Amino acid sequence: MSSLSAKIKDAFDEPACDKNRGKDAKARKEGCSKSLTPGAAAGGCAFDGAKIVLQPITDVAHLVHAPLACEGNSWDNRGAVSSGPTLWRTSFTTDLTELDLVMGQGERKLFKAIREIKHTYAPPAIFVYSTCVTALIGDDIEAVCKRATEKFGLAVVPINAPGLAGSKNLGNKLAAEALLDHVIGTVEPDDPGPYDINILGEFNLSGEFWLVKPLLDRLGIRVRACIPGDARYRDIASAHRARAAMMVCSTALISLARKMEERWDIPFFEGSFYGISDTSQALRNLVRLLVRKGADPEILERTETLIAQQEAIAWKKLESYRQRLQGKRVLLNTGGVKSWSVVHALMEIGIEIVGTSIKKSTVQDKERIKQVLKHDKHMFESMAASELYAMLSEHRADIMLSGGRTQFIALKAKTPWLDINQERQHPYAGYDGMVELVRQIDLAIHNPIWSQVRQPAPWDCQPELIGELPCTRNETAYLFDEFACATAHEC
Amino acid sequence: MARILPQSKSAAVNPLKSSQPLGAAFAFLGVDGAMPLFHGSQGCTSFALVLFVRHFKEAIPLQTTAMDEVATILGAADHLEEAILNLKNRTKPTLIGVCTTALVDTRGEDCAGDIANIKLKHTQQLAGTEIVLANTPDFDGAIEEGWAKAVTAMIEGITRSGERARHPKKIAILPGCNLSVADIEHMRDMVESFGLKPVILPDISGSLDGTVPDRWVATTYGGTSVEDIRELGTAMRCIAIGEHMRRPAKALLGLTGVPYVLFQSLTGLQDADRFVSLLSSISGAAVPARVRRRRAQLQDAMLDGHFHFGGKKIAIAAEPDQLFQLATFFAGLGSEIAAAVTTTDRSKILKKVPAVSVQIGDLGDLESLAVGADLLVTHSHGRQASERLGIPLMRIGFPVFDRLGSQHKLAILYQGTRDMIFEVANIFQANQHAPTPEALDPLRNREISR
Repeated sequence: MSSLSAKIKDAFDEPACDKNRGKDAKARKEGCSKSLTPGAAAGGCAFDGAKIVLQPITDVAHLVHAPLACEGNSWDNRGAVSSGPTLWRTSFTTDLTELDLVMGQGERKLFKAIREIKHTYAPPAIFVYSTCVTALIGDDIEAVCKRATEKFGLAVVPINAPGLAGSKNLGNKLAAEALLDHVIGTVEPDDPGPYDINILGEFNLSGEFWLVKPLLDRLGIRVRACIPGDARYRDIASAHRARAAMMVCSTALISLARKMEERWDIPFFEGSFYGISDTSQALRNLVRLLVRKGADPEILERTETLIAQQEAIAWKKLESYRQRLQGKRVLLNTGGVKSWSVVHALMEIGIEIVGTSIKKSTVQDKERIKQVLKHDKHMFESMAASELYAMLSEHRADIMLSGGRTQFIALKAKTPWLDINQERQHPYAGYDGMVELVRQIDLAIHNPIWSQVRQPAPWDCQPELIGELPCTRNETAYLFDEFACATAHEC
Repeated sequence: MARILPQSKSAAVNPLKSSQPLGAAFAFLGVDGAMPLFHGSQGCTSFALVLFVRHFKEAIPLQTTAMDEVATILGAADHLEEAILNLKNRTKPTLIGVCTTALVDTRGEDCAGDIANIKLKHTQQLAGTEIVLANTPDFDGAIEEGWAKAVTAMIEGITRSGERARHPKKIAILPGCNLSVADIEHMRDMVESFGLKPVILPDISGSLDGTVPDRWVATTYGGTSVEDIRELGTAMRCIAIGEHMRRPAKALLGLTGVPYVLFQSLTGLQDADRFVSLLSSISGAAVPARVRRRRAQLQDAMLDGHFHFGGKKIAIAAEPDQLFQLATFFAGLGSEIAAAVTTTDRSKILKKVPAVSVQIGDLGDLESLAVGADLLVTHSHGRQASERLGIPLMRIGFPVFDRLGSQHKLAILYQGTRDMIFEVANIFQANQHAPTPEALDPLRNREISR
C-alpha cells in the first residue's frame, strides 16, 4: 500500500490545478478529497473512477480482480461508443468466492484468468484492476501482472485504484498514473507527423467525438490518441509522439496532460467541444499550438475560414428555435456538459438560465457564468433533493438539464428533463451537437404529455362531475374533445 | 435429474450474477418507509443503485456507510453508527436494512454486535425505527440468497414471537425475488377473490410500481408496513414462493408456529391449479367464475401456442428459482432446454430443472452452450450474446435496463402463463425465416449431414 499512498499523494499535488494553486502548503498536503459522510454520501469509488477512464479503450480486455459486485453490478453500463473492436464491452472478473479468499488463492486465480483471456481473446493488452477486497487481503497485482507480461508476451497493466482509496475523481487520476507508468511511450509510431494531436478526457459518449473529428480531418489534423474514447491500445502507447494536446473539460485527466508535457514536451490547453464559441476556440488553440511546434502557419487561416463557415451554419440552425424557446427557463444541474459556452449559446437564442451548479466548473467558467447571469444566487454548489423537487414542482424552471442521479426528481415533479451526462442518448459535441442539444430541449419542453400528466383526475377537482356523467358513448367522446381543447389552450 | 456442473474457469466472462447485498436491498425496498444501507465502501452502493435505477426507472433509496482506508484498517463500527444516526435524522425511516458487503465481511467485523451496541447507546433517538441486519458478502451467493436473507432477518428481527390467536382469513405470503410488481398485484387479487386477506413480505408492488407521489419522499413509499411484519404470526397459513423462500418460511414457522406451503413455481397450468385449490380449501370458498374463465383462456393459449414451442431449443440463464420456473414452463409446452446456466450451486431446486445439466456460470458459458438454440432467455446483459449468435433474446429477471415495463410483466398463474405463451410465440413468429430452395434442397442437406 505504501506505493499506492505515494501515488495518491502525488495525484493530489497538481500544480496545473487552479484550486490547488490557491491553497497554502499545508492545505495542499491534505489533498482535495473531502471525507465522506456515512449515511449521506453519493457517488462512485476510486475503482469506479479508474474504470470509467480506462474502459472505453476498445481493444483491451479489462479484468477486475474482485468478488462479484465490483464488476457484476456495473459492467456494460456506459454510453461510450467504439468504431471497431468490441472486446471492451466483454466483462472479465475473477469473481472471488469465499473459498478463494479463505485459501488465499486470489493471485493464482488472477494469473490463470489472465492466461484464459490471452488464449481465448488474444487482446493487445489486459488491464487488471485491484479492488477493496483484493487490496485488503494483500494480493500483489503488480507482481502478477509483471510475471504475466513476461510469460505471455503481452502488456498486462496493473490498475491500482481500490475503491476504499477514495472518490471517483481520485480513481480518474490513478488511472492516468497507470497509463503514464505502463502504457504511454511503450510503442514508437512509424508515422509521426507535424499535425498529430492527443485529445485527453474525451469519452466519445453517444459517438459525439465523431461530430468533431471530421472538422479536424478537414484541417489535416490527425488525432494520434483520443484518451479514452474509441481508443486502441497502440494509439495510447504511442501517444507520446503527438505535437500538441487538448484536455477536454473535465479536470479528471489534468495530471496526465501536465506530465505528458513535462516528459515529452507536448504542450496542452484546456478546452471544450460543448458550445459554439468553445468549439471554435478549441480549434484555434489546437492549431496555434501546432504552429508553435513547427506546423505550417497557413493552417491558421484555413481554420478561421472553417470556423466562420461552421459557426454561420450552426447559428442559422439555432435561430429557427428562437421563437419556440424564447423566455424558457433552464436549470442546469451537473458537471458534464455545462461550460460557460453552453450557457452562452442558450442565452443567445433567448433561453433564460434560472440556476446552475458550479460544483465542477473551473474558476474561469465561474467568473464568466457570474458575469452573464448577473445574479450570484443563480449559482449553487449543490442542492438537496427536496429543495430541487420544491423548485421544480413550483414550476420555477421549464426544464432541468442534469444527469441520471436527479432524473427522477424532475420527472416526479412533472417537469421536463434532459440527460446531459454519461447515459445520454444524443451527441452534443461540436457545432452540430449544440444544435442537437437545443433541438432536444425543444422536444422535451414541448412534448404534449406535460399538460396531460399535470392535470388532476377530474373526479378530484370537480366532485359535482359525478352527477353529470354522460350516459352515452358519444357524450363521452364529446367531453373528451372539450377536455382536449381546454388543455390545448392552456399551453 | 439435472447434473450440476461447477464453474471451472478462473475468469468469469460477462457475469450473470448480481451481488448478494443487492438482493438484500431489493427485499428491504419492499417495505414501507425503508432505507437499505450498504456497509462497505461507497462504490458498492453506487453500482447497485445505478443498476436498480436503470431497471426500475425510479429514484431508489439506498445509502452507504462510506468506508475508507482508515475504517478498513481500524474497523468500521463508528461509520455504521454515524450512518444509522444520519439516516434516522434526515429521512426518518421506519426500517433501516443493513446489508454487509465483501469489504466488511473480509475484515470479519461483528456487525450484529455493533448494531446491538448502537441500538443500546441510542435507544431514545432510534425509537420508531427498526434496524435489521442481513449478512450478505459479495463473495457468496447472488440476488436470491440476499433477498431470502433479508426477509429472514426481518422476520427474526421484527415479527412478534410465540403462538398467537390466528386470524382465520389472514394469509402470509413470502414471494421470491423473481416475482414482478405485476405478479404480486395479480396474486393479491387472486387471494382476495377468495375472501382472504394477504400480507405480502416483501411487497414491491407497493413501492417499486412506478407511481408519482405528490411530495418528495427520501425513503420507500409503499410496501409492507413494519406493523404487518410484526403481526405476521397471526396468519392462518404462510405461502412461500420459490425454493429460496423456504428459509424465511421456516423462520416464521419456528418463531410463531404458522405452517407454510411452498410453491417452487406459480407458472404453468398445474402449479396455478395447485395454488387456486389451496386458496379454495383454506377459505372454504368456491373458485370464482372469473378465475375459471382465466383457466380456460390459458388452456386455449396452450392449444394455440404449442405449435410454436414444440421442438424448440431454449437456452436459459437465470437465478436458480427463476431458471426452474422458466425451464418447466418451456418444457411443459414441448420445448427442449438446450442450455441452463445459473448463478450459484446452493439451491436444491437445480436438480429438478428439466435439463440434462445445469452449468454454474456466466453469460460467457451461456453464449458457448447456446450455439444452435432458437431462443435465449436471460436478463438485458444477454444482448451482446444475442447479437453475436443471431438468436433472439427474451428479457427476464434482473436487470432489464434496455426495455421499459419489465416490472409490469406478468408471468404467474393462469393469466401470466397465458401472456408468456403469447410473448414467446410472437418472438418466434417475428424471427421466422422464409423457406428457400437452398435450405430445403434434399441433396444439399444430405451433403451436410454426411
